[in-house]
Amino acid sequence: MLAHLPILQVIVPLMAAPLCLFLTRPRLAWLFALIVSGLAFVISSLLLQQVMTSGTIIYELGGWDAPWGIEYRIDQLNAFLLLIISAISTVVLFAADTSIRQEIPAEKHTLFYVLYLLSLAAMLGIVATGDAFNVFVFLEISSLSAYALIALGKDRRALWASYQYLVMGTIGATFILIGIGLMYQMTGTLNMEDLSIRLPEVEQTRTVFTAFAFVIVGICLKLAMFPLHLWLPNAYAYAPSIVTAFFAATATKVAIYLLIRFTFSVYGFSFSFTHIPLQMLFVVLGLAGIFAASVAAIYQTNIKLLFAYSSIAQIGYMIVGFSVGTVAGLTATLLHVFNHALMKAALFLALGAVMYRIGGVRLTQFHGLGRQMPLTMAAIVMGGLSLIGVPLTVGFVSKWYLIVALIEKGWWPVALLILFGSLLAIVYVWRIVEAAYFKPVLAGTEIIKEAPLSFLIPIWTLVLANIYFGIDTRLSVQVAKAASQSLFGVSP
Amino acid sequence: MSLSLETMLQLSIILPLLATIGIVATGHKPDLREGVTIGTSLVLLYFVISLYQGLQLGESISVHWWELLPGLQISFSVEPLGMLFALIASFLWLITTVYAIGYMRSHQEQNQTRFYTCFAIAIGSVMGIAFASNLFTLFIFYEVLTLSTYPLVTHAGTEKAKRGGRIYLGILLSTSIVFFLLAIISTWFVAGTLDFKPGGVFDSDVNKLVAGTILVLFIFGIGKAAIMPFHRWLPAAMVAPTPVSALLHAVAVVKAGVFTVLKVCVFIFGIDLLALLPTTQFLLYLAGASILLASLVAMRQDNLKARLAYSTVSQLGYITMGALLATSAGVMGSSMHIATHAFGKITLFFCAGAILVAAHKSKISEMRGLGKQMPITMAAFFIASLSIIGVPPTGGTWSKWYLLMGTMEAEQHILMGILMISSLLNIAYLLPIPFHAFFSADKLSSSGGGIKEAPLPSLIALCVTTVGCVILFVYPQPLYELAKAILAT
Repeated sequence: MLAHLPILQVIVPLMAAPLCLFLTRPRLAWLFALIVSGLAFVISSLLLQQVMTSGTIIYELGGWDAPWGIEYRIDQLNAFLLLIISAISTVVLFAADTSIRQEIPAEKHTLFYVLYLLSLAAMLGIVATGDAFNVFVFLEISSLSAYALIALGKDRRALWASYQYLVMGTIGATFILIGIGLMYQMTGTLNMEDLSIRLPEVEQTRTVFTAFAFVIVGICLKLAMFPLHLWLPNAYAYAPSIVTAFFAATATKVAIYLLIRFTFSVYGFSFSFTHIPLQMLFVVLGLAGIFAASVAAIYQTNIKLLFAYSSIAQIGYMIVGFSVGTVAGLTATLLHVFNHALMKAALFLALGAVMYRIGGVRLTQFHGLGRQMPLTMAAIVMGGLSLIGVPLTVGFVSKWYLIVALIEKGWWPVALLILFGSLLAIVYVWRIVEAAYFKPVLAGTEIIKEAPLSFLIPIWTLVLANIYFGIDTRLSVQVAKAASQSLFGVSP
Repeated sequence: MSLSLETMLQLSIILPLLATIGIVATGHKPDLREGVTIGTSLVLLYFVISLYQGLQLGESISVHWWELLPGLQISFSVEPLGMLFALIASFLWLITTVYAIGYMRSHQEQNQTRFYTCFAIAIGSVMGIAFASNLFTLFIFYEVLTLSTYPLVTHAGTEKAKRGGRIYLGILLSTSIVFFLLAIISTWFVAGTLDFKPGGVFDSDVNKLVAGTILVLFIFGIGKAAIMPFHRWLPAAMVAPTPVSALLHAVAVVKAGVFTVLKVCVFIFGIDLLALLPTTQFLLYLAGASILLASLVAMRQDNLKARLAYSTVSQLGYITMGALLATSAGVMGSSMHIATHAFGKITLFFCAGAILVAAHKSKISEMRGLGKQMPITMAAFFIASLSIIGVPPTGGTWSKWYLLMGTMEAEQHILMGILMISSLLNIAYLLPIPFHAFFSADKLSSSGGGIKEAPLPSLIALCVTTVGCVILFVYPQPLYELAKAILAT
């Protein structure tokens, strides 16, 4: 059984998705999805434990040897990602039943869970697989389910947001497919491990460069990296709250994973960082993303949109860490992947609770909320502090590592810019704080109660995780460091 | 009790934080709630005094909690400078609590439970700052202090309070995140450690330009030291209730700032290295400018609390300057000034609050003739003013004496001149207030008959701190010994 964990990780939710279709009672479907997601979480924890103690796990599908059959390859990097995805998915699902009752018509509830499981399975698949074409297949599954999930949003603009995402997402996926096709043409293999051996032989050809460019641009579209981020704000803002919480914490992280996997494992560090001016390009775009998106966030009046822009800014931090091109830089990026997932899941879930009670998340609707929903608002404040990077929260840990990495590299001005950029987070977080605690309740609104426990429990689990992993950094730092060391081929 | 000193050290940080539970739980019964606060502050004072005695006996007291990031520990230890700060803060917390009971009740303030809760957290983090044995631990509590005092600044909940809070948080968080954090990480990178060590952590052959830059980052980053141009948060914080201004913005928060400056100068750079850095001279003049400009601005303020706030900015400049002088007299003067200014300024704020509660006056121009109705308050104001100016029979004399010696030792004659001029300016903006109160006839209103002294708890508190000012002059021995021990360790 334990030997089959890599495939079970993906196949359990993938099989569960169609099965879920038979559960017409919404609550039953919810329970089923929750159990499946919980199972995925257990599997990923076991996998991570295994990887950390005994190294990379290689699993051959159907017993076919690697270059011919599909191979699942679990090392520290993807074990880490699998854990993040399945953990966030499970915690978020706790609140799903309550939340979608309010936001999605009853007849679509089962459908919602089917799509959710499908999307979970696809994300886990992208991360687990060691086959480039398999990546594309799962990417399509995840995108298609994402379009549908976003379109379920109550607001009619959700349809338009979903359509926008569909167009951009399809372009991205096509680019990746073209890239993979070109690589296949040059090397005759789709297995990533195999590709990494054969690509250097042909790396001076124009085709390989072209393939690299297609793959990277495609991934950056999925990543919502500035300036390819245009699909993200609306998609996050108008999707059902649960979907936003789930995607904000996981979807872009999967794309970051792909970026790291393709540049470091498949093409190799020397190709990606020395033959291509990726470093220069990414550090500039990363910084531009931080500033542009943070400034945009400041001017939003829809809080979901505000945090969506903040997500784009946070992606900027990950990109900057990535572009440093050192073990420390990559560690910072991976840490931020983990930490940002915790922050944004907590924040968007809390927004979901606000949505549940008030029916909207415009800034004016937050007036006086500090008194009416004290626990939810306290969670938003804690999440916001973590986003700013106050000590004893996870945000501080990632910032510390990022700055250390930048100084180590000698990029002082970038370090200073990053710190200035994080000031902008204070501004947009504090707009919400002031609205909630200093403005009187709007006249004529009815009395609003605190969010139900089904919201508060997962929200505060995530908030406490934000603090816990800000104090006890052993797990996150250890795994992130091990993963980035192995990507650089340094023995720990 | 048979608690070990190590336990007491940990409890002095944890206890105020634990007290918040008691304060919240008894929130609906004001008497009980304030009993919890006073009880906690008494116990805290007992702990700190026990630690002080331990230190006198030459015991080394230190505690390691856990490693937050590899190589970066949360740990605490007791050394003379931290001891000095902890003694002042814990003693004045007790006095301020007594004062606050009188003030908050007669002023009928809202949300008093939140007030006492945040106050306790703030004191807990001050203890954390005082006893931190490395820069990393200090930084964490520094940020907690900023955040826990924000609700106190915005206590009134008005538009003005919101604006004040915005400036307060904006400047303190910005400077600490951009400059202070960068300075800490750079120190970590260059020196490889963040522990406070006598003589500093940098190698003697460190690149002077890099170290000098880091010093600038530190001085700019420690926004709580309110060096110009990062001082705006302090006047903005004056929208808070007076006990907050008294303890936090005359003692705990600002002293946490200058304390950090002193710690960094003495235990991160070491005064030998400090004297060699190319940026020290520039920073000294910046502190000098801060002293003079803030005094000049203070003269123009008609609002008493605003005038006192600018006076604090100016006085904090003394301490920063003393630390940067990089001489033993300078460091001694600075650390003694932490104590003497604390007693003087808290008394002045207590008086301002008493006047506000009893006479409902906050403008200096309205305080003429008030000495007849509030003789005790105004007498206290007079004595405390003398301490700020630095003339006998008050404690301020000694610290100013050593600061002046420091400037002479370092042959900074311009700075010496600045200190002299500043003393004159202090006289000009402080003494007219009690003078007019006693000797000018009250022309503005004849309804002064109804004004009485402030409530008894407040009155007791301000008398205690006034007596403190005088005792520091008559019996400065303990203070002197502590200050002297800082460089001896």
